[in-house]
Amino acid sequence: MAGENRTEMTSDAINLTSVTKIFGGAKPVRALDNVDLSIGKGQFAAIVGPSGCGKSTILNLVAGFEKPTSGDVRVDGKPVRAPGPDRAVVFQEAALFPWLSVWENTIFSAKARGQPKSAYEHKARQFLARVGLTDFHDHLPTQLSGGMKQRVGIARTLVMEPHLFLMDEPFGALDAQTRIDMQELLLSVWDELRRTVVFITHDVDEAILLADVVFVMSARPGRIRSRVPIELPRPRSVDLITDPTFIALKRDIFNQIRHEAHAVRTAAN
Amino acid sequence: MTAANGAVEIERGAAARFGTRFGGSALVVLVPLALLCLWEAAGAAGLLPTGLIPTPTMVIRAWYVWTFGPDTGGFNAYSGTWTQVVANSAQRVVLGYALAVLLAVPIGILVGWSNLVAKLVDPTLQSLRPIPITAWLPFSIALFGIKDYGAIFLICLGAFYPILINATHGARSLDQNLHRAALMMGASSRTILFRVVLPNALPAIFAGMRIGAGIAWSAVIVAELVAVKSGLGYVLWDAYYIGRMDVVVADMASIGMFGFLTDCLLIALQRRLVRWQNVA
Repeated sequence: MAGENRTEMTSDAINLTSVTKIFGGAKPVRALDNVDLSIGKGQFAAIVGPSGCGKSTILNLVAGFEKPTSGDVRVDGKPVRAPGPDRAVVFQEAALFPWLSVWENTIFSAKARGQPKSAYEHKARQFLARVGLTDFHDHLPTQLSGGMKQRVGIARTLVMEPHLFLMDEPFGALDAQTRIDMQELLLSVWDELRRTVVFITHDVDEAILLADVVFVMSARPGRIRSRVPIELPRPRSVDLITDPTFIALKRDIFNQIRHEAHAVRTAAN
Repeated sequence: MTAANGAVEIERGAAARFGTRFGGSALVVLVPLALLCLWEAAGAAGLLPTGLIPTPTMVIRAWYVWTFGPDTGGFNAYSGTWTQVVANSAQRVVLGYALAVLLAVPIGILVGWSNLVAKLVDPTLQSLRPIPITAWLPFSIALFGIKDYGAIFLICLGAFYPILINATHGARSLDQNLHRAALMMGASSRTILFRVVLPNALPAIFAGMRIGAGIAWSAVIVAELVAVKSGLGYVLWDAYYIGRMDVVVADMASIGMFGFLTDCLLIALQRRLVRWQNVA
């Protein structure tokens, strides 16, 4: 398989070994159950699954926002202990600081880490231009549309130049057209950078369009049900969604998810 | 059809805007003006107890003499002293209030942000909170005597709690994702405290500061009624004793005016500092 023989994949960027996550409380919830997952360096991995299957929990563990109840989470071979700028996160609702302008949000990480202006200014301007927000330099987040906010959310992670991008349903709250624009933007940015991406989504089209590999999760307790390599040529565009290979992949993944959703309903009844 | 309807809509809109701009401000002053006229008329008709309740014109005359002096006929201890009296009270309010802000904002933020600080100081702060500032008066006089410090202490104490509680609430209301965003961008605890928690708490801090400012003006009057021998509160009581009800009412109006001005000042400051939120 051509996609699996790439040289970048010889070492893994992310390794989850027998990871279980139980959220405590009056009714403990087993969000992840014995998950094993490897994502190669430079790979764009999408994770899809029925809602509540623990997709975001995987991302939060890799980001270091949460700790596994048991098991091992490693990034570049090192155990994850805390969040850090080597793993940039794009949140669903952008999570911009409302008191900072577009520009100040974009350079937040550089300033927080005490980098001199000369180190980040040029780079930040380029990335802001790359996401098409040069003219909105001084705007506050409240003055931006949902799509524009998410562009800032992406620009600020680009400025960090991280090893790893973690995206938690970043386009989930956007309207259809904006969503397509953002997917095309992400495709072209990724073609330039080729960094490791973990992209959480419940949109199967989006997963196939963007990713090199799609992990399908089972319903709660979350497990990795299957790993589907996407061997569609790059550079890709949104036109791809009518391609027969695309449609075949989509049918395959849909069937798996539908089966899972059905399992949840029967388990609930 | 649509165009015509649209035009009608626009005209109605313009009329409504005209109404709010001119008719609106007329409406705002209508009731107070009517009340003043009624009050004046009642005085002219001899319906007010003579020497006890002054008419608006009497109050304005007294206020004028109090501000600009000199008195016309007889001895007037208040003639031309208004500015000094106001300065005395305002100075206490500014000092006590500034002290309250300087103490309450950092303590409130830390209590809201750090469980350790909350455990250490919150029980003490909360157990003292139900004691009203009026109950602190004798204690304050015993501690500071009949001096400015007593008034400043009471003002500070009164303004402290609303600012503290709102700052604490503001620090605790930080969105989890904003905190996580700061962490993943490599921000240190110190950076998060100053660049994330503090700005996030600013709207709440201002809400507390506005309540605190109102309490500060109440506190200065209470303190001056009892514990200090100058200022608007002192004159209020003093003028009452010598039967100068016109000065009493002018004094009340002055207090109200400064309370209002303080609030306007805080709103203007909030508009500048909290640009990302619409300030009511």
